[in-house]
Amino acid sequence: MSWEAVIGLEIHVQLATQSKIFSGASTAYGASPNAQACNIDLGLPGVLPVLNERAVELAVRFGLAIGAQINQHSIFDRKNYFYADLPKGYQISQFETPIVGQGTITITPENGRSRTVGITRAHLEEDAGKSVHDLYPGMTAVDLNRTGTPLLEIVSEPDMRSAQEASAYFRQMHTLVRYIGICDGNLAEGSMRCDANVSVRPSGQTEFGERTEIKNINSFRFVEQAIEHEIARQIDVLEAGGKIERETRLYDPDKDETRSMRSKELSNDYRYFPDPDLLPLSISEALIERIRGELPELPDARQQRYTSTLGLSTSDAVAISSDIDRADYFDACLAAGADPKQSANWMMGELSAYLNKHDVTMTQSPIAPALLAQLIARIDDGTLSSKTAKTLFDALWSAGPAGDVDELIETLNLAQLSDDGALTQIVDELIAANPKQFDELRSGKEKMLGFFVGQVMKATQGKANPQQVNQIIRDKL
Amino acid sequence: MSEFSSLREMSADLAKGAYSSVELTQAHLERIQTANAALNCFISINAESALAAATKADQQRAQGDQRATLGLPFAHKDIFCTRDILTTAGSKMLSNFVAPYDATVVSNMAAAGMISVGKTNMDEFAMGSSNENSFFGTVSNPWDHTRVPGGSSGGSAAAVAAGLVAAATGTDTGGSIRQPAALCGITGLKPTYGRVSRYGMIAFASSLDQAGPMTRTAEDAALMLGVMAGFDPKDSTSSERHDDWLDGVVANGIAVLDRPLTIGLPREYFSDNPNFGGIEAAKTELEKMGHTLVDVSLPHTESAVPVYYVLASAEASTNLSRYDGVRFGHRCEDPQSLQDLYERSREEGFGAEVKRRILTGTYTLSVGYFDAYYLKAQKIRRLISEDFQQAFTQVDVLLAPTSPTPAFKKNQLTDDHVAMYQQDLFTVPTSLAGLPAMSLPCGFSNGLPMGMQLIAPAFREDLLLELAAQYQRQTDWHLKRPEAVV
Repeated sequence: MSWEAVIGLEIHVQLATQSKIFSGASTAYGASPNAQACNIDLGLPGVLPVLNERAVELAVRFGLAIGAQINQHSIFDRKNYFYADLPKGYQISQFETPIVGQGTITITPENGRSRTVGITRAHLEEDAGKSVHDLYPGMTAVDLNRTGTPLLEIVSEPDMRSAQEASAYFRQMHTLVRYIGICDGNLAEGSMRCDANVSVRPSGQTEFGERTEIKNINSFRFVEQAIEHEIARQIDVLEAGGKIERETRLYDPDKDETRSMRSKELSNDYRYFPDPDLLPLSISEALIERIRGELPELPDARQQRYTSTLGLSTSDAVAISSDIDRADYFDACLAAGADPKQSANWMMGELSAYLNKHDVTMTQSPIAPALLAQLIARIDDGTLSSKTAKTLFDALWSAGPAGDVDELIETLNLAQLSDDGALTQIVDELIAANPKQFDELRSGKEKMLGFFVGQVMKATQGKANPQQVNQIIRDKL
Repeated sequence: MSEFSSLREMSADLAKGAYSSVELTQAHLERIQTANAALNCFISINAESALAAATKADQQRAQGDQRATLGLPFAHKDIFCTRDILTTAGSKMLSNFVAPYDATVVSNMAAAGMISVGKTNMDEFAMGSSNENSFFGTVSNPWDHTRVPGGSSGGSAAAVAAGLVAAATGTDTGGSIRQPAALCGITGLKPTYGRVSRYGMIAFASSLDQAGPMTRTAEDAALMLGVMAGFDPKDSTSSERHDDWLDGVVANGIAVLDRPLTIGLPREYFSDNPNFGGIEAAKTELEKMGHTLVDVSLPHTESAVPVYYVLASAEASTNLSRYDGVRFGHRCEDPQSLQDLYERSREEGFGAEVKRRILTGTYTLSVGYFDAYYLKAQKIRRLISEDFQQAFTQVDVLLAPTSPTPAFKKNQLTDDHVAMYQQDLFTVPTSLAGLPAMSLPCGFSNGLPMGMQLIAPAFREDLLLELAAQYQRQTDWHLKRPEAVV
């Protein structure tokens, strides 16, 4: 029997606010344990939550970016459960009325075709603290710095059919949240975490099979591995005549396996009810419109523009548009007058290589878009060959922002040799020195043309214009 | 000075230099220290910090500070968090808890130069109508030490009635200011929900909790309210509303009521209860003062007590989840696991009534019961609010009894929870509607004080205070004192 997987993801995105969602404490990562837990985060007797407006704005921004309904009236609920890193004994979340309603996002899996994934809802909530079980033998340490960090929980429809699609969805969401500036996207610091709901069913069946939930996956690779593994496990169970139990499972990347955390029968009744400490959240039409006006051009729109208007290849367009810094750099090159395809080539080639090698981000590149545009202009006007252009690129990288393209061409003597007389003289000398090869060329051995052009380039340290040299040699025939 | 001087009288005395704030505070502390053994109305007596604050107030006065509130002693209910001073909420759970911050009410009082002499006893987490649910023992009613002072602000009520302080803060969730005020023969005001910040006030039921003053006169209640009230950005449910009369009330006192009011008598609140002689006389008195009394109906009144116990318990059940033995408060000895830590810390730290309400609230919020209890109660709560709105289209204020009985004997109702809950019959509807209400002494039944309740539309505490002040100019029930308590 052939099987089809059905996957939905819940992604928790830490919103990039300075302070927490219900208190004034800092959200900065990496402070010493509990240094950033204020009276409110600690859940001391008598404290009250006050909603951070910035978190609301970022949630609205997300909603607009996925074309979703923004619920102008939403409610914060208490989700009640006891845990050592949940100081109040409840988490403030949104249950029945989330801030963001249904939307969509387009994903492009590797080697797959683009498709649209439905987003059921996205709601605001506060993060819990961290329990550290391996620090003190026999004890658990609690760090409440993360307590109250604003989260947007984005719930997808069960629209994905493979681990690759789920991974592409997670990546696309990662791209989007960074694009619109609502999250730093730092997976290693837990800024984005995801839970996957996975089920399988015989191909062709319309009802869903029983699902399991895999908790707390925090890398692109693990999403794919964990789901891949879980699909295989479920198929094995079913093919052996077994039954899938509704349960929560944990992925162990070291062993590449998922294991059961708790079954649904033991699950909590969270006793959701509206938090009486917070008023219903009202969002004005004016605020929504203001936030809409602040939205950057989104990756899909940019990718579309790059391919259809500028003629970039799909792979280049995806690569550039998927990262806002890269896309902004590219657009800045265009604004400085550079040719789109050459800009893309240089960015994806030389520039990427240098950034990787020196471990520098796009925004920190010593070669600003305007400099790259000038370099490309000097190729276009014939001053530089592709070889000397690379030399110049290296020099510009070292020179940093103060580098001047024309000055460096001058100093490094990189301008192409295009003096007909001088080049003809070199060609004549080479023919004289290599009569046998010239005879072969003349008798139709085209390969020898390359030999002579190469020799000229060597003699001119790469500065000769290869087309011109070609022409001079052909004229000699 | 007299132990029954009002805040206003002490303010005038301080202004003319009859005594200093330190002398006044010292006198209060001595009286409290003597009387507390019999009454048990204070959980903490804060002599050192009170005298330090009084010294500072005297210095400020010497430098020309003429504020009416400067240097006046009072007491806080032990539900308000006070930095560096024990805050217990009447519970074993918090018997060791010292807050690292001041409640907004506490800082407002301190900013006005008022001197907190101590923190008063209360039912555990403000749950109770007799003060018998305190981990720190029952408070005695100054009028009869074998009787309860009412609750949950029983310590505040008894302290004010006994002349240990002229004023105390209280909190009222379903009647916890008004009922003990009635049972102790003092004046108590529950302001409109949102009028006074809840920040730093240990939560019982967040949608109902409201702090207010407990005093012997309406004038003092107004002065206290003027200091306590105000928008607080730290409390999302506090009102941003601004009232000129409230801004000026500390300096100017209560305005003279210059027009006859139409006063509604909700028929659901009156019966031929033999304890209601005082309020019947008050009706005549109010008519003599030129007001018109009319009958009105609040048809959903009988649902108020069950609705209140569903909603208040639901909110309390989760408000009290933070008392888990992990970060502060009582922790059991030698926990074997996280579950064991929770179970034993809470089992040992909470009293029976608190557990009863946590269980009730947990039940009514559970899957399968939520709609039948919590949601239904919310719907009826709206109907109760609408009853009042409807009534206020016909009348300016409402007059009702505060409690069905005067102070009852200690242990008399402890095993009859329903009878105990019925103590709140006349006070919970206004709490559910978020309205301001005030209890003032209006006579006696079997030698024990009885209270009457005035209820106004939202944010019309001015009406309550003006009418109460007028009543207290014409009558002297608020000047009756218990026999010597010290």
